[in-house]
Amino acid sequence: MIYAQILAGGKGTRMGNVPMPKQFLALADKPILIHTIEKFCLEPRFDAILVVCPADWLSHTQDLITKYVTDSRVKVVAGGSERNATLMKGIRYLQETFGRHADDVVVTHDAVRPFVTQRIISENIDAVLQHPAVDTVVPAIDTIVQGEADAISAIPVRSSMYQGQTPQSFNVKALVDAYATLTDEQKASLSDSCKICLLAGQPVTMVRGENLNFKITTPYDLRVASALIEKRA
Amino acid sequence: MLNQVYRLVSARQFEVQTVAETVSADQIVVRPRFLSVCHADQRYFTGQRPQNVLRQKLPMALIHEGVGTVVRDPQGKFAPGTLVVMIPNTPVEHDPIVPENYLPSSKFRSSGYNGTMQEYVVLNRDRVLAVPADFDHPMSAFIEMVSVGVQGLTQLQATMDADARVIGIWGDGNLGYIAATLVKQLFPDSQLVVFGRHQSKLDYFSFADKTYLVDQIPADLKVSQALECTGGRGSEAAIAQIIRHIHPLGTAVLMGVSEEPVAIDTRSVLAEGLTLRGVSRSGRADFERAIQILTDSPVTRERLQNLVGLTQKVSTIQDIIDFFERDLTNYWGKAVMEWDV
Repeated sequence: MIYAQILAGGKGTRMGNVPMPKQFLALADKPILIHTIEKFCLEPRFDAILVVCPADWLSHTQDLITKYVTDSRVKVVAGGSERNATLMKGIRYLQETFGRHADDVVVTHDAVRPFVTQRIISENIDAVLQHPAVDTVVPAIDTIVQGEADAISAIPVRSSMYQGQTPQSFNVKALVDAYATLTDEQKASLSDSCKICLLAGQPVTMVRGENLNFKITTPYDLRVASALIEKRA
Repeated sequence: MLNQVYRLVSARQFEVQTVAETVSADQIVVRPRFLSVCHADQRYFTGQRPQNVLRQKLPMALIHEGVGTVVRDPQGKFAPGTLVVMIPNTPVEHDPIVPENYLPSSKFRSSGYNGTMQEYVVLNRDRVLAVPADFDHPMSAFIEMVSVGVQGLTQLQATMDADARVIGIWGDGNLGYIAATLVKQLFPDSQLVVFGRHQSKLDYFSFADKTYLVDQIPADLKVSQALECTGGRGSEAAIAQIIRHIHPLGTAVLMGVSEEPVAIDTRSVLAEGLTLRGVSRSGRADFERAIQILTDSPVTRERLQNLVGLTQKVSTIQDIIDFFERDLTNYWGKAVMEWDV
Protein backbone atom coordinates (compact mmCIF):
# COMPACT_ATOMS: atom_id res chain seq x y z
CA MET A 1 0.00 0.00 0.00
CA ILE A 2 1.09 3.57 -0.64
CA TYR A 3 0.03 6.01 2.06
CA ALA A 4 0.26 9.75 2.51
CA GLN A 5 0.49 11.14 5.98
CA ILE A 6 0.01 14.88 6.40
CA LEU A 7 1.46 16.06 9.66
CA ALA A 8 -0.80 18.79 11.01
CA GLY A 9 0.11 18.39 14.67
CA GLY A 10 1.80 21.78 15.14
CA LYS A 11 0.46 24.23 17.70
CA GLY A 12 1.77 27.31 15.87
CA THR A 13 3.96 28.60 18.67
CA ARG A 14 6.15 30.49 16.19
CA MET A 15 3.21 32.20 14.49
CA GLY A 16 3.08 35.01 17.05
CA ASN A 17 0.05 35.87 19.08
CA VAL A 18 -2.41 33.79 17.03
CA PRO A 19 -4.57 31.33 18.97
CA MET A 20 -5.29 29.10 16.00
CA PRO A 21 -2.58 26.63 14.88
CA LYS A 22 -0.93 27.85 11.69
CA GLN A 23 -2.13 24.97 9.51
CA PHE A 24 -5.71 26.22 9.97
CA LEU A 25 -5.00 29.86 9.02
CA ALA A 26 -6.48 31.09 5.74
CA LEU A 27 -4.41 31.36 2.58
CA ALA A 28 -6.20 32.38 -0.63
CA ASP A 29 -9.60 31.90 1.04
CA LYS A 30 -8.95 28.38 2.34
CA PRO A 31 -7.14 26.90 5.35
CA ILE A 32 -3.49 26.11 4.54
CA LEU A 33 -4.09 22.47 5.48
CA ILE A 34 -6.83 22.14 2.84
CA HIS A 35 -4.53 23.39 0.06
CA THR A 36 -2.02 20.73 1.10
CA ILE A 37 -4.61 17.94 1.25
CA GLU A 38 -5.92 18.94 -2.20
CA LYS A 39 -2.45 18.44 -3.71
CA PHE A 40 -2.20 14.92 -2.29
CA CYS A 41 -5.70 14.03 -3.48
CA LEU A 42 -4.53 14.63 -7.07
CA GLU A 43 -2.09 11.69 -6.80
CA PRO A 44 -4.05 8.54 -7.72
CA ARG A 45 -1.38 6.15 -6.39
CA PHE A 46 -2.23 6.86 -2.75
CA ASP A 47 -4.41 4.20 -1.15
CA ALA A 48 -5.11 6.41 1.87
CA ILE A 49 -4.32 10.00 2.85
CA LEU A 50 -4.08 10.36 6.61
CA VAL A 51 -4.19 13.75 8.33
CA VAL A 52 -2.72 13.72 11.83
CA CYS A 53 -3.78 16.77 13.87
CA PRO A 54 -3.69 17.94 17.52
CA ALA A 55 -6.18 16.02 19.67
CA ASP A 56 -8.11 19.14 20.65
CA TRP A 57 -8.45 20.22 17.00
CA LEU A 58 -9.74 16.86 15.77
CA SER A 59 -13.35 17.90 15.21
CA HIS A 60 -12.28 21.21 13.65
CA THR A 61 -10.06 19.34 11.20
CA GLN A 62 -12.82 16.87 10.43
CA ASP A 63 -15.27 19.73 9.84
CA LEU A 64 -12.90 21.44 7.41
CA ILE A 65 -12.35 18.22 5.46
CA THR A 66 -16.09 17.60 5.28
CA LYS A 67 -16.56 21.14 3.99
CA TYR A 68 -13.79 21.25 1.37
CA VAL A 69 -12.69 17.71 0.42
CA THR A 70 -14.72 15.02 -1.33
CA ASP A 71 -12.01 12.35 -1.59
CA SER A 72 -12.96 9.32 0.52
CA ARG A 73 -9.29 8.33 0.91
CA VAL A 74 -8.77 11.19 3.40
CA LYS A 75 -8.89 10.12 7.09
CA VAL A 76 -8.16 12.07 10.27
CA VAL A 77 -6.61 10.95 13.56
CA ALA A 78 -5.20 12.76 16.58
CA GLY A 79 -1.42 12.95 16.83
CA GLY A 80 1.01 12.71 19.71
CA SER A 81 2.91 15.15 21.87
CA GLU A 82 5.77 15.83 19.45
CA ARG A 83 6.65 15.25 15.80
CA ASN A 84 7.90 11.68 15.91
CA ALA A 85 5.17 10.53 18.28
CA THR A 86 2.65 12.05 15.85
CA LEU A 87 4.31 10.29 12.93
CA MET A 88 4.30 6.91 14.70
CA LYS A 89 0.70 7.35 15.86
CA GLY A 90 -0.30 7.81 12.26
CA ILE A 91 1.67 4.71 11.23
CA ARG A 92 -0.04 2.70 13.97
CA TYR A 93 -3.47 3.85 12.72
CA LEU A 94 -2.60 2.87 9.13
CA GLN A 95 -1.39 -0.58 10.18
CA GLU A 96 -4.41 -1.23 12.40
CA THR A 97 -6.83 -0.03 9.70
CA PHE A 98 -5.29 -1.46 6.55
CA GLY A 99 -3.05 -4.26 7.83
CA ARG A 100 0.71 -4.75 7.70
CA HIS A 101 2.52 -5.51 4.45
CA ALA A 102 6.26 -5.69 3.94
CA ASP A 103 6.17 -3.30 0.99
CA ASP A 104 3.99 -0.60 2.61
CA VAL A 105 5.36 2.91 2.10
CA VAL A 106 4.35 6.26 3.53
CA VAL A 107 4.93 9.75 2.14
CA THR A 108 4.88 12.16 5.08
CA HIS A 109 4.45 15.90 4.58
CA ASP A 110 4.16 19.06 6.65
CA ALA A 111 0.65 20.47 6.47
CA VAL A 112 2.17 23.95 6.32
CA ARG A 113 3.97 23.35 3.01
CA PRO A 114 1.03 23.89 0.65
CA PHE A 115 3.21 24.73 -2.38
CA VAL A 116 4.41 21.13 -2.78
CA THR A 117 4.24 20.09 -6.43
CA GLN A 118 3.04 17.02 -8.29
CA ARG A 119 6.61 16.25 -9.36
CA ILE A 120 7.94 16.26 -5.81
CA ILE A 121 5.17 13.96 -4.58
CA SER A 122 5.49 11.63 -7.56
CA GLU A 123 9.30 11.42 -7.29
CA ASN A 124 8.98 10.65 -3.56
CA ILE A 125 6.71 7.71 -4.35
CA ASP A 126 9.02 6.46 -7.11
CA ALA A 127 12.06 6.73 -4.83
CA VAL A 128 10.54 5.18 -1.71
CA LEU A 129 9.41 2.15 -3.70
CA GLN A 130 13.13 1.53 -4.35
CA HIS A 131 14.80 2.77 -1.14
CA PRO A 132 13.99 2.54 2.61
CA ALA A 133 13.97 6.31 3.22
CA VAL A 134 13.71 9.45 1.09
CA ASP A 135 14.24 13.11 1.95
CA THR A 136 13.26 16.13 -0.15
CA VAL A 137 16.02 18.72 -0.28
CA VAL A 138 17.11 21.89 -2.02
CA PRO A 139 20.75 22.98 -2.35
CA ALA A 140 21.69 25.51 0.33
CA ILE A 141 21.78 29.06 -1.02
CA ASP A 142 23.21 30.75 2.06
CA THR A 143 26.46 29.54 3.57
CA ILE A 144 25.68 27.21 6.48
CA VAL A 145 27.71 27.84 9.61
CA GLN A 146 27.86 25.68 12.68
CA GLY A 147 28.25 27.46 15.97
CA GLU A 148 27.83 27.40 19.70
CA ALA A 149 27.73 30.18 22.30
CA ASP A 150 28.36 33.07 19.89
CA ALA A 151 31.28 31.39 18.14
CA ILE A 152 31.48 29.58 14.81
CA SER A 153 32.89 26.11 15.16
CA ALA A 154 32.78 25.08 11.51
CA ILE A 155 31.82 26.35 8.04
CA PRO A 156 30.98 23.31 5.92
CA VAL A 157 31.54 23.41 2.17
CA ARG A 158 28.32 24.87 0.77
CA SER A 159 28.20 22.67 -2.34
CA SER A 160 27.55 19.63 -0.17
CA MET A 161 24.97 21.38 2.03
CA TYR A 162 21.23 21.03 1.46
CA GLN A 163 18.15 22.25 3.25
CA GLY A 164 15.67 19.59 4.22
CA GLN A 165 12.04 19.98 3.21
CA THR A 166 9.20 17.50 3.13
CA PRO A 167 7.85 15.11 1.90
CA GLN A 168 9.96 12.59 3.75
CA SER A 169 9.05 9.09 2.68
CA PHE A 170 9.67 5.72 4.26
CA ASN A 171 9.25 2.04 3.85
CA VAL A 172 6.96 1.59 6.85
CA LYS A 173 8.67 -1.53 8.20
CA ALA A 174 12.14 0.05 7.92
CA LEU A 175 10.91 3.15 9.77
CA VAL A 176 9.18 1.19 12.55
CA ASP A 177 12.25 -1.02 13.01
CA ALA A 178 14.55 2.01 13.11
CA TYR A 179 12.31 3.83 15.59
CA ALA A 180 12.36 0.82 17.90
CA THR A 181 16.15 1.10 18.21
CA LEU A 182 16.02 4.69 19.55
CA THR A 183 16.28 5.62 23.22
CA ASP A 184 13.38 7.55 24.78
CA GLU A 185 15.58 10.64 24.86
CA GLN A 186 16.32 10.32 21.14
CA LYS A 187 12.64 9.78 20.36
CA ALA A 188 11.73 13.01 22.15
CA SER A 189 14.57 15.13 20.78
CA LEU A 190 14.80 14.19 17.09
CA SER A 191 13.30 16.99 15.04
CA ASP A 192 13.78 15.23 11.72
CA SER A 193 12.17 11.92 10.80
CA CYS A 194 14.85 10.91 8.31
CA LYS A 195 17.39 11.01 11.11
CA ILE A 196 15.57 8.06 12.69
CA CYS A 197 16.68 5.98 9.71
CA LEU A 198 20.14 7.53 9.53
CA LEU A 199 20.82 6.68 13.19
CA ALA A 200 19.73 3.12 12.48
CA GLY A 201 22.27 2.94 9.68
CA GLN A 202 19.81 2.98 6.81
CA PRO A 203 20.58 4.94 3.64
CA VAL A 204 18.40 8.00 2.93
CA THR A 205 17.91 8.95 -0.72
CA MET A 206 17.44 12.57 -1.82
CA VAL A 207 14.71 13.95 -4.09
CA ARG A 208 15.00 17.48 -5.48
CA GLY A 209 12.58 19.88 -3.81
CA GLU A 210 11.72 23.42 -4.85
CA ASN A 211 12.46 26.71 -3.11
CA LEU A 212 8.77 27.54 -3.33
CA ASN A 213 7.97 24.44 -1.25
CA PHE A 214 8.68 26.45 1.89
CA LYS A 215 7.20 26.02 5.32
CA ILE A 216 4.73 28.62 6.55
CA THR A 217 5.98 29.07 10.09
CA THR A 218 6.03 32.77 10.89
CA PRO A 219 3.67 35.71 10.17
CA TYR A 220 6.27 36.82 7.58
CA ASP A 221 6.00 33.44 5.78
CA LEU A 222 2.22 33.78 5.67
CA ARG A 223 2.48 37.25 4.11
CA VAL A 224 4.96 35.96 1.53
CA ALA A 225 2.72 32.96 0.76
CA SER A 226 -0.32 35.20 0.32
CA ALA A 227 1.60 37.54 -1.99
CA LEU A 228 2.74 34.62 -4.17
CA ILE A 229 -0.74 33.41 -5.02
CA GLU A 230 -2.76 34.82 -7.87
CA LYS A 231 -6.44 34.07 -8.37
CA ARG A 232 -7.48 32.60 -11.72
CA ALA A 233 -9.01 35.39 -13.81
CA MET B 1 -6.07 23.99 -5.35
CA LEU B 2 -2.73 25.78 -5.62
CA ASN B 3 -1.38 25.31 -9.12
CA GLN B 4 2.07 26.17 -10.43
CA VAL B 5 1.88 27.86 -13.82
CA TYR B 6 5.07 28.24 -15.88
CA ARG B 7 4.76 31.47 -17.82
CA LEU B 8 6.89 33.18 -20.41
CA VAL B 9 7.47 36.67 -19.00
CA SER B 10 9.78 37.97 -21.73
CA ALA B 11 11.81 36.47 -24.56
CA ARG B 12 13.60 33.30 -23.39
CA GLN B 13 12.53 33.83 -19.75
CA PHE B 14 10.04 31.67 -17.88
CA GLU B 15 8.83 32.20 -14.31
CA VAL B 16 6.62 30.12 -12.06
CA GLN B 17 3.43 31.65 -10.70
CA THR B 18 1.16 30.03 -8.13
CA VAL B 19 -2.50 30.30 -9.07
CA ALA B 20 -5.42 29.43 -6.78
CA GLU B 21 -7.81 27.33 -8.88
CA THR B 22 -11.38 26.36 -8.19
CA VAL B 23 -12.64 23.25 -9.96
CA SER B 24 -16.35 23.13 -10.79
CA ALA B 25 -18.35 19.96 -11.45
CA ASP B 26 -18.19 20.73 -15.18
CA GLN B 27 -14.40 20.80 -15.18
CA ILE B 28 -11.65 18.20 -15.21
CA VAL B 29 -8.12 18.36 -13.79
CA VAL B 30 -5.42 17.04 -16.11
CA ARG B 31 -1.73 16.47 -15.42
CA PRO B 32 0.15 17.36 -18.64
CA ARG B 33 2.38 14.51 -19.90
CA PHE B 34 3.56 15.20 -23.45
CA LEU B 35 3.56 18.74 -24.84
CA SER B 36 4.39 19.62 -28.42
CA VAL B 37 5.93 22.93 -29.47
CA CYS B 38 4.31 24.91 -32.29
CA HIS B 39 5.90 27.66 -34.40
CA ALA B 40 3.55 30.12 -32.68
CA ASP B 41 5.09 29.17 -29.31
CA GLN B 42 8.57 29.72 -30.74
CA ARG B 43 7.60 33.15 -32.02
CA TYR B 44 6.67 34.11 -28.45
CA PHE B 45 9.73 32.38 -26.93
CA THR B 46 12.17 34.18 -29.23
CA GLY B 47 10.30 37.48 -28.98
CA GLN B 48 9.53 37.61 -32.71
CA ARG B 49 5.94 38.74 -32.22
CA PRO B 50 5.46 42.53 -32.47
CA GLN B 51 6.31 44.36 -29.24
CA ASN B 52 2.72 45.52 -28.66
CA VAL B 53 1.50 41.88 -28.95
CA LEU B 54 4.14 40.71 -26.47
CA ARG B 55 3.22 43.51 -24.07
CA GLN B 56 -0.45 42.59 -24.29
CA LYS B 57 -0.15 38.78 -24.05
CA LEU B 58 2.78 38.12 -21.72
CA PRO B 59 3.16 36.76 -19.09
CA MET B 60 1.50 33.64 -20.45
CA ALA B 61 1.98 29.89 -20.27
CA LEU B 62 2.89 28.59 -23.73
CA ILE B 63 1.91 25.36 -25.58
CA HIS B 64 -1.49 24.47 -26.97
CA GLU B 65 -0.68 20.98 -28.28
CA GLY B 66 -0.60 18.25 -25.67
CA VAL B 67 -1.90 15.22 -23.90
CA GLY B 68 -2.17 14.53 -20.19
CA THR B 69 -3.69 12.15 -17.70
CA VAL B 70 -6.90 12.85 -15.84
CA VAL B 71 -6.26 13.21 -12.11
CA ARG B 72 -9.68 14.43 -11.06
CA ASP B 73 -13.12 14.31 -12.59
CA PRO B 74 -15.78 15.51 -10.12
CA GLN B 75 -18.43 13.57 -12.10
CA GLY B 76 -16.35 10.39 -12.20
CA LYS B 77 -16.79 9.85 -15.96
CA PHE B 78 -13.06 9.83 -16.70
CA ALA B 79 -11.12 7.35 -14.57
CA PRO B 80 -7.91 8.71 -13.01
CA GLY B 81 -5.00 7.93 -15.31
CA THR B 82 -7.03 8.19 -18.55
CA LEU B 83 -4.89 9.75 -21.28
CA VAL B 84 -6.72 12.68 -22.85
CA VAL B 85 -5.98 15.23 -25.52
CA MET B 86 -6.58 18.83 -24.47
CA ILE B 87 -8.58 21.03 -26.86
CA PRO B 88 -7.05 24.53 -26.72
CA ASN B 89 -9.99 26.42 -28.25
CA THR B 90 -12.36 27.34 -25.43
CA PRO B 91 -15.66 28.84 -26.59
CA VAL B 92 -17.65 31.06 -24.25
CA GLU B 93 -20.79 31.25 -26.42
CA HIS B 94 -22.63 29.24 -29.09
CA ASP B 95 -23.43 30.67 -32.50
CA PRO B 96 -25.81 28.91 -34.91
CA ILE B 97 -23.71 29.94 -37.94
CA VAL B 98 -20.09 30.42 -36.86
CA PRO B 99 -18.37 27.34 -35.41
CA GLU B 100 -16.44 27.59 -32.13
CA ASN B 101 -13.00 27.83 -33.76
CA TYR B 102 -13.92 30.97 -35.74
CA LEU B 103 -15.78 32.84 -33.00
CA PRO B 104 -13.79 35.95 -32.03
CA SER B 105 -14.99 35.55 -28.44
CA SER B 106 -13.43 32.08 -28.06
CA LYS B 107 -10.33 31.85 -25.88
CA PHE B 108 -7.35 29.96 -27.23
CA ARG B 109 -4.62 28.49 -25.05
CA SER B 110 -1.15 29.93 -25.54
CA SER B 111 -2.63 32.93 -27.33
CA GLY B 112 -3.81 35.41 -24.74
CA TYR B 113 -4.97 32.59 -22.48
CA ASN B 114 -2.72 30.32 -20.44
CA GLY B 115 -1.39 27.31 -22.34
CA THR B 116 -0.66 23.87 -20.93
CA MET B 117 2.75 24.54 -19.33
CA GLN B 118 1.21 24.13 -15.90
CA GLU B 119 1.44 21.67 -13.05
CA TYR B 120 -2.22 20.87 -13.64
CA VAL B 121 -4.57 22.15 -16.35
CA VAL B 122 -8.18 22.75 -15.36
CA LEU B 123 -10.38 22.32 -18.45
CA ASN B 124 -14.06 22.45 -19.15
CA ARG B 125 -15.44 18.93 -19.50
CA ASP B 126 -16.00 19.22 -23.26
CA ARG B 127 -12.39 20.30 -23.83
CA VAL B 128 -10.89 16.82 -23.36
CA LEU B 129 -11.18 13.64 -25.41
CA ALA B 130 -9.84 10.22 -24.45
CA VAL B 131 -6.86 9.00 -26.49
CA PRO B 132 -7.10 5.33 -27.57
CA ALA B 133 -4.73 3.04 -25.69
CA ASP B 134 -2.74 1.96 -28.75
CA PHE B 135 -1.76 5.51 -29.76
CA ASP B 136 1.91 6.45 -29.37
CA HIS B 137 2.08 9.12 -26.64
CA PRO B 138 4.59 11.57 -28.19
CA MET B 139 2.64 11.35 -31.48
CA SER B 140 -0.61 11.99 -29.60
CA ALA B 141 0.88 15.24 -28.25
CA PHE B 142 0.27 16.88 -31.64
CA ILE B 143 -3.23 15.56 -32.31
CA GLU B 144 -4.18 19.25 -32.13
CA MET B 145 -2.14 19.90 -35.26
CA VAL B 146 -3.71 16.85 -36.92
CA SER B 147 -7.12 18.30 -36.04
CA VAL B 148 -6.15 21.56 -37.77
CA GLY B 149 -5.26 19.49 -40.84
CA VAL B 150 -8.64 17.78 -40.54
CA GLN B 151 -10.33 21.18 -40.33
CA GLY B 152 -8.45 22.25 -43.48
CA LEU B 153 -9.51 19.17 -45.43
CA THR B 154 -13.07 19.40 -44.10
CA GLN B 155 -13.24 22.97 -45.40
CA LEU B 156 -11.73 21.84 -48.69
CA GLN B 157 -14.34 19.09 -49.05
CA ALA B 158 -17.10 21.60 -48.31
CA THR B 159 -15.82 24.18 -50.79
CA MET B 160 -14.18 22.38 -53.72
CA ASP B 161 -15.75 21.51 -57.05
CA ALA B 162 -16.04 17.92 -58.30
CA ASP B 163 -12.44 17.74 -59.54
CA ALA B 164 -10.37 15.72 -57.05
CA ARG B 165 -7.84 14.28 -59.51
CA VAL B 166 -4.74 16.06 -58.12
CA ILE B 167 -4.34 17.53 -54.63
CA GLY B 168 -1.30 19.79 -54.30
CA ILE B 169 0.35 20.68 -51.00
CA TRP B 170 2.79 23.59 -50.78
CA GLY B 171 5.10 23.20 -47.79
CA ASP B 172 7.51 20.46 -46.69
CA GLY B 173 7.37 21.20 -42.95
CA ASN B 174 5.32 19.71 -40.15
CA LEU B 175 1.95 21.03 -41.30
CA GLY B 176 2.59 19.98 -44.90
CA TYR B 177 3.52 16.49 -43.75
CA ILE B 178 0.43 16.15 -41.54
CA ALA B 179 -1.84 17.48 -44.31
CA ALA B 180 -0.24 15.04 -46.77
CA THR B 181 -0.88 12.01 -44.53
CA LEU B 182 -4.50 13.11 -44.17
CA VAL B 183 -4.94 13.61 -47.93
CA LYS B 184 -3.77 10.02 -48.49
CA GLN B 185 -6.44 8.87 -46.05
CA LEU B 186 -9.34 11.14 -47.05
CA PHE B 187 -8.67 11.33 -50.81
CA PRO B 188 -7.44 7.79 -51.54
CA ASP B 189 -8.16 8.04 -55.27
CA SER B 190 -6.48 11.41 -55.79
CA GLN B 191 -2.92 12.00 -56.88
CA LEU B 192 -0.95 13.71 -54.08
CA VAL B 193 1.76 16.15 -55.16
CA VAL B 194 3.94 17.95 -52.61
CA PHE B 195 5.95 21.10 -53.34
CA GLY B 196 8.81 22.14 -51.07
CA ARG B 197 12.08 24.01 -50.79
CA HIS B 198 14.19 21.21 -49.27
CA GLN B 199 14.85 17.92 -51.07
CA SER B 200 15.99 16.34 -47.79
CA LYS B 201 12.57 17.10 -46.29
CA LEU B 202 10.64 16.09 -49.39
CA ASP B 203 12.38 12.71 -49.09
CA TYR B 204 10.27 12.02 -45.99
CA PHE B 205 7.11 12.23 -48.13
CA SER B 206 7.64 8.71 -49.51
CA PHE B 207 3.86 8.15 -49.66
CA ALA B 208 3.23 11.12 -52.00
CA ASP B 209 2.75 10.35 -55.67
CA LYS B 210 5.15 13.11 -56.69
CA THR B 211 7.29 15.75 -55.03
CA TYR B 212 8.82 18.86 -56.60
CA LEU B 213 11.30 21.46 -55.48
CA VAL B 214 9.51 24.78 -55.87
CA ASP B 215 12.02 26.08 -58.42
CA GLN B 216 11.66 22.98 -60.61
CA ILE B 217 7.90 22.78 -61.15
CA PRO B 218 7.02 22.00 -64.80
CA ALA B 219 5.26 24.99 -66.33
CA ASP B 220 2.32 22.89 -67.53
CA LEU B 221 1.71 21.08 -64.22
CA LYS B 222 -1.81 21.58 -62.87
CA VAL B 223 -3.44 20.65 -59.57
CA SER B 224 -7.18 20.36 -58.98
CA GLN B 225 -7.16 21.73 -55.42
CA ALA B 226 -4.38 23.06 -53.19
CA LEU B 227 -3.34 23.38 -49.57
CA GLU B 228 -0.91 26.13 -48.59
CA CYS B 229 1.11 24.94 -45.58
CA THR B 230 4.14 27.22 -45.63
CA GLY B 231 3.40 30.28 -43.50
CA GLY B 232 5.79 33.12 -42.70
CA ARG B 233 7.60 34.77 -45.58
CA GLY B 234 7.07 31.73 -47.77
CA SER B 235 3.30 32.27 -47.92
CA GLU B 236 3.39 34.89 -50.63
CA ALA B 237 5.51 32.86 -53.05
CA ALA B 238 3.51 29.70 -52.32
CA ILE B 239 0.15 31.40 -52.93
CA ALA B 240 1.53 32.88 -56.17
CA GLN B 241 2.58 29.39 -57.36
CA ILE B 242 -0.77 27.90 -56.37
CA ILE B 243 -2.60 30.51 -58.41
CA ARG B 244 -0.29 29.73 -61.35
CA HIS B 245 -0.74 25.94 -61.18
CA ILE B 246 -4.33 25.41 -60.01
CA HIS B 247 -7.19 24.59 -62.39
CA PRO B 248 -9.92 27.24 -62.90
CA LEU B 249 -12.56 27.14 -60.15
CA GLY B 250 -10.10 25.37 -57.86
CA THR B 251 -10.01 25.93 -54.11
CA ALA B 252 -6.86 26.83 -52.20
CA VAL B 253 -7.00 26.32 -48.45
CA LEU B 254 -4.58 28.73 -46.75
CA MET B 255 -3.18 27.25 -43.54
CA GLY B 256 0.25 28.81 -42.98
CA VAL B 257 0.30 31.70 -40.49
CA SER B 258 2.10 34.82 -41.69
CA GLU B 259 3.14 37.62 -39.34
CA GLU B 260 3.09 40.22 -42.13
CA PRO B 261 0.35 40.81 -44.76
CA VAL B 262 1.10 39.07 -48.08
CA ALA B 263 0.33 40.28 -51.61
CA ILE B 264 -2.05 38.14 -53.68
CA ASP B 265 -2.56 38.26 -57.47
CA THR B 266 -6.29 38.89 -57.24
CA ARG B 267 -6.55 39.51 -61.03
CA SER B 268 -5.85 35.79 -61.59
CA VAL B 269 -8.05 34.75 -58.67
CA LEU B 270 -10.92 36.69 -60.26
CA ALA B 271 -10.17 35.57 -63.81
CA GLU B 272 -10.11 31.87 -62.91
CA GLY B 273 -12.89 31.96 -60.34
CA LEU B 274 -10.64 30.62 -57.60
CA THR B 275 -11.67 30.24 -53.96
CA LEU B 276 -9.22 31.05 -51.18
CA ARG B 277 -10.31 29.65 -47.85
CA GLY B 278 -8.58 30.40 -44.57
CA VAL B 279 -8.06 27.83 -41.81
CA SER B 280 -5.97 27.96 -38.68
CA ARG B 281 -7.76 26.64 -35.63
CA SER B 282 -9.84 23.57 -34.95
CA GLY B 283 -12.78 22.71 -32.72
CA ARG B 284 -13.95 19.65 -30.83
CA ALA B 285 -15.54 18.08 -33.94
CA ASP B 286 -12.17 18.20 -35.73
CA PHE B 287 -10.46 16.50 -32.78
CA GLU B 288 -13.10 13.76 -32.81
CA ARG B 289 -12.64 13.22 -36.54
CA ALA B 290 -8.83 13.28 -36.19
CA ILE B 291 -8.93 10.57 -33.50
CA GLN B 292 -11.30 8.51 -35.64
CA ILE B 293 -9.04 8.81 -38.70
CA LEU B 294 -5.99 7.78 -36.67
CA THR B 295 -7.92 4.91 -35.09
CA ASP B 296 -8.97 3.61 -38.50
CA SER B 297 -5.53 3.93 -40.07
CA PRO B 298 -2.49 2.45 -38.34
CA VAL B 299 -0.38 3.46 -41.36
CA THR B 300 -1.32 7.13 -40.85
CA ARG B 301 -0.34 6.79 -37.19
CA GLU B 302 2.96 5.24 -38.19
CA ARG B 303 3.67 8.06 -40.65
CA LEU B 304 2.89 10.64 -37.96
CA GLN B 305 5.13 8.87 -35.45
CA ASN B 306 7.95 9.50 -37.94
CA LEU B 307 7.27 13.20 -37.50
CA VAL B 308 8.47 13.15 -33.88
CA GLY B 309 11.83 14.82 -34.38
CA LEU B 310 12.87 15.61 -30.82
CA THR B 311 11.71 14.31 -27.45
CA GLN B 312 13.15 15.16 -24.07
CA LYS B 313 12.07 15.01 -20.45
CA VAL B 314 11.91 18.42 -18.77
CA SER B 315 11.77 18.87 -15.01
CA THR B 316 13.15 22.37 -14.40
CA ILE B 317 12.68 25.82 -15.94
CA GLN B 318 16.23 25.57 -17.30
CA ASP B 319 15.28 22.27 -18.99
CA ILE B 320 12.34 24.05 -20.65
CA ILE B 321 14.55 26.86 -21.97
CA ASP B 322 17.13 24.33 -23.24
CA PHE B 323 14.35 22.38 -24.96
CA PHE B 324 12.99 25.43 -26.78
CA GLU B 325 16.55 26.33 -27.84
CA ARG B 326 17.19 22.81 -29.14
CA ASP B 327 13.95 22.91 -31.10
CA LEU B 328 15.18 26.05 -32.88
CA THR B 329 18.03 24.05 -34.39
CA ASN B 330 15.96 20.92 -34.96
CA TYR B 331 15.85 20.31 -38.70
CA TRP B 332 12.97 17.88 -39.02
CA GLY B 333 9.76 17.14 -37.19
CA LYS B 334 7.88 18.10 -34.08
CA ALA B 335 9.55 18.73 -30.73
CA VAL B 336 7.72 16.99 -27.88
CA MET B 337 8.47 17.61 -24.19
CA GLU B 338 7.89 14.88 -21.65
CA TRP B 339 6.49 17.16 -18.95
CA ASP B 340 7.83 16.38 -15.48
CA VAL B 341 8.04 19.87 -13.98
